[in-house]
Amino acid sequence: MEIKTPEFKASSRIALEDVSLQKALGNLRDGFPQKRAAAVARMPEFETLRDQARDLKNHTIEHLDYYLEQFETNVTKHGGQVHWARDGQQAREAILKICQSADAKTVTKGKSMVSEEIALNDYLEENGVQPVETDLGEYILQLREDHPSHIIAPAIHLNLDDVSDIFSKKHGTERTDDPAALMQEAREMLRKQFVGADVGITGANFCVAETGSTIIVTNEGNGDLTQTLPKVHVVITTIDKVVPTLEDMTLYLRLLARSATGQEFTVYNTLSTGPRREEDQDGPDEFHVVLLDNGRSEMVGTDFQDMLRCIRCSACMNHCPVYGSVGGHAYGWVYPGPMGSVLTPKLIGIDKAGHLPNASTFCGTCESVCPVRIPLPKMMRHWREREFEKHLSPTGFRFGLGVWSQFARRPKLYRWLAKLSSLSLKTLSGKKGRLKSLPLKNGWTAWRDLPAPQGGTFMDQWKKEQGNKQHKGGQQ
Amino acid sequence: MTATPNSPTGRAPQVGLFVTCLVDMFRPSVGFATVKLLEMAGCRVEVPDTQTCCGQPTYNSGDRRSTAEIARGVIDSFDGYEYVVGPSGSCIGMLHEYPQLFDKTDPYHSRALDLAARAFEITSFLTDVIGADLSLESYSKKVTYHDSCAGLRELGIKKQPRHLLGKVDGVEIEEMEEAETCCGFGGTFCIKYPDISNRMVGNKTKNATATKADVLLGGDLGCLLNMAGKLKREGEKLEVRHVVEVLAGMTDTPAIGQSVEEFNYELAQEA
Repeated sequence: MEIKTPEFKASSRIALEDVSLQKALGNLRDGFPQKRAAAVARMPEFETLRDQARDLKNHTIEHLDYYLEQFETNVTKHGGQVHWARDGQQAREAILKICQSADAKTVTKGKSMVSEEIALNDYLEENGVQPVETDLGEYILQLREDHPSHIIAPAIHLNLDDVSDIFSKKHGTERTDDPAALMQEAREMLRKQFVGADVGITGANFCVAETGSTIIVTNEGNGDLTQTLPKVHVVITTIDKVVPTLEDMTLYLRLLARSATGQEFTVYNTLSTGPRREEDQDGPDEFHVVLLDNGRSEMVGTDFQDMLRCIRCSACMNHCPVYGSVGGHAYGWVYPGPMGSVLTPKLIGIDKAGHLPNASTFCGTCESVCPVRIPLPKMMRHWREREFEKHLSPTGFRFGLGVWSQFARRPKLYRWLAKLSSLSLKTLSGKKGRLKSLPLKNGWTAWRDLPAPQGGTFMDQWKKEQGNKQHKGGQQ
Repeated sequence: MTATPNSPTGRAPQVGLFVTCLVDMFRPSVGFATVKLLEMAGCRVEVPDTQTCCGQPTYNSGDRRSTAEIARGVIDSFDGYEYVVGPSGSCIGMLHEYPQLFDKTDPYHSRALDLAARAFEITSFLTDVIGADLSLESYSKKVTYHDSCAGLRELGIKKQPRHLLGKVDGVEIEEMEEAETCCGFGGTFCIKYPDISNRMVGNKTKNATATKADVLLGGDLGCLLNMAGKLKREGEKLEVRHVVEVLAGMTDTPAIGQSVEEFNYELAQEA
């Protein structure tokens, strides 16, 4: 996927004026947060589970090598194969090789953000393999040559009209606005693909070390058909998805569904453990797990280690007022919202992704809903520190900040500056109580007035009131 | 009027007022209202004149080193006070961040921890620390309350201002939709991303005006300047004030962004 993160400002401006997008975002804001809140209210132990989930992920990350090797051993024991991929290129090549050895023409795909991260579809197509997305949202996006704008509801930026349009155009059917009819139409198109596919590719929500299993959770059941019908099942996932045991996995499933959609449990929870055994009625002949690193192992032991706890529930973006204003595409790459603002700079570089950790008010809502308590604002601040260290922040801004911080360290100068600023603004405002514009082009007064100071600083007035008495606190 | 002070020393708790830059520069009356409330609660208030800013502008811009220097100044300024109290959840929240700016071997690390343990936002201080039974002047208006992010999520301030407003005769609180959603101020955010900030503050003013309240209250001047500025631009009448102005009975000045003329006109209308 083309990196458009440097254009964040322009993209967000366009998004703010996109009427249809804003309508879709309104539905999101009214939907997921309320459902999550209701689900949490029904579960008194929710906060305790969050603590447990945080601690268990911390433990797993601290022993990542151990659990990954255990996972590989158990995948192999059940007849599957693990392919280690250092980066996107290695992962793409591994998957293509599997497809080629199965002589695959078409592959069905379950929803996978990791496959977006490595731009798998384009690569397969370039190499003569046709990928078919089977998640309804992803299917719609593939028809539109569009990309996900949300990690669990990829087509959340679209409205019913958009779906009606693209279905009638691409399917050559009569246009309908009936959601049930549209669903049926997609089902009919996809059923053929499920049966005809040579390889099925899915992601994994978790990898279970003790059994060598992967699990996907979906609400459509498309994942099951994707991984059960073709002869070959490929799981593309990342090293941070490993959990020690099946029981541990259930802890995360309980949190994931509630945090994501407010469901008690996702509709389909499908475990894959190796290829079909002789006594099994169905299942693939081959089972491959492509385990991607792509810089994640480098995050261990750094300020960004906590990000590896992320279970991709999307609660952070569902509750984020910035995401809610501009939607996912404005972020300019695969992972939007607060989790993306922390992860994307690691994956594509802070030089390109600098806007993302800056475009936050640090309101802290993301952290307050994160099921594994990732301190997202703190890590966005760490990215700003990296930017500052590397002199990537705009020169004018750095200069202004430098001057200001010199004043802030010198109380007398600071008093003088405060007095001067207060007086200037007060004078400029006249008797109006506010300023409609400022001498320099200003982001504040573009959209709102600047309330005028009351006049005089508190420190001056206080000093006057105290009659210039010597006040040196707490040291008598 | 003076309450029994809840001081470990048994005498009037000694409070150092952290004025905050915005109050110092834009709205001194918020500082005086805070002092009045503290004195009503039986505290002795001093204002160290070496204080400047809490350091959020540098901290949130990734300049840790300058932030640590600013923090040293704040720690020195408030040395020895039993409590440090300010009319801002955001700035007091920042004081709570100081320990992580220093290496554990730096003496300022333990001093920062000590400061954090003594530092409180005003409504939280009056409610959670002093527990003062204040008798407050009446204020016959319908108000709505914006929960500023740092106070709410870093310091757990939600019930405290409402509890105190409950002691003001005549106040009717009408909660707005999404009272806990960010107003879009975010310090440098509103300057760096003005369009997104505008959308956020627009949502906020829509929710606030929908309550048909007379006054929008909050505990952080940054957010209040943002919301008041937007309401004025939209031509809305909804007044904006810091909650301490109402609690201290100091609403005899124009509201935030209001001219003297408008203020007098409103007074005449009420009379």
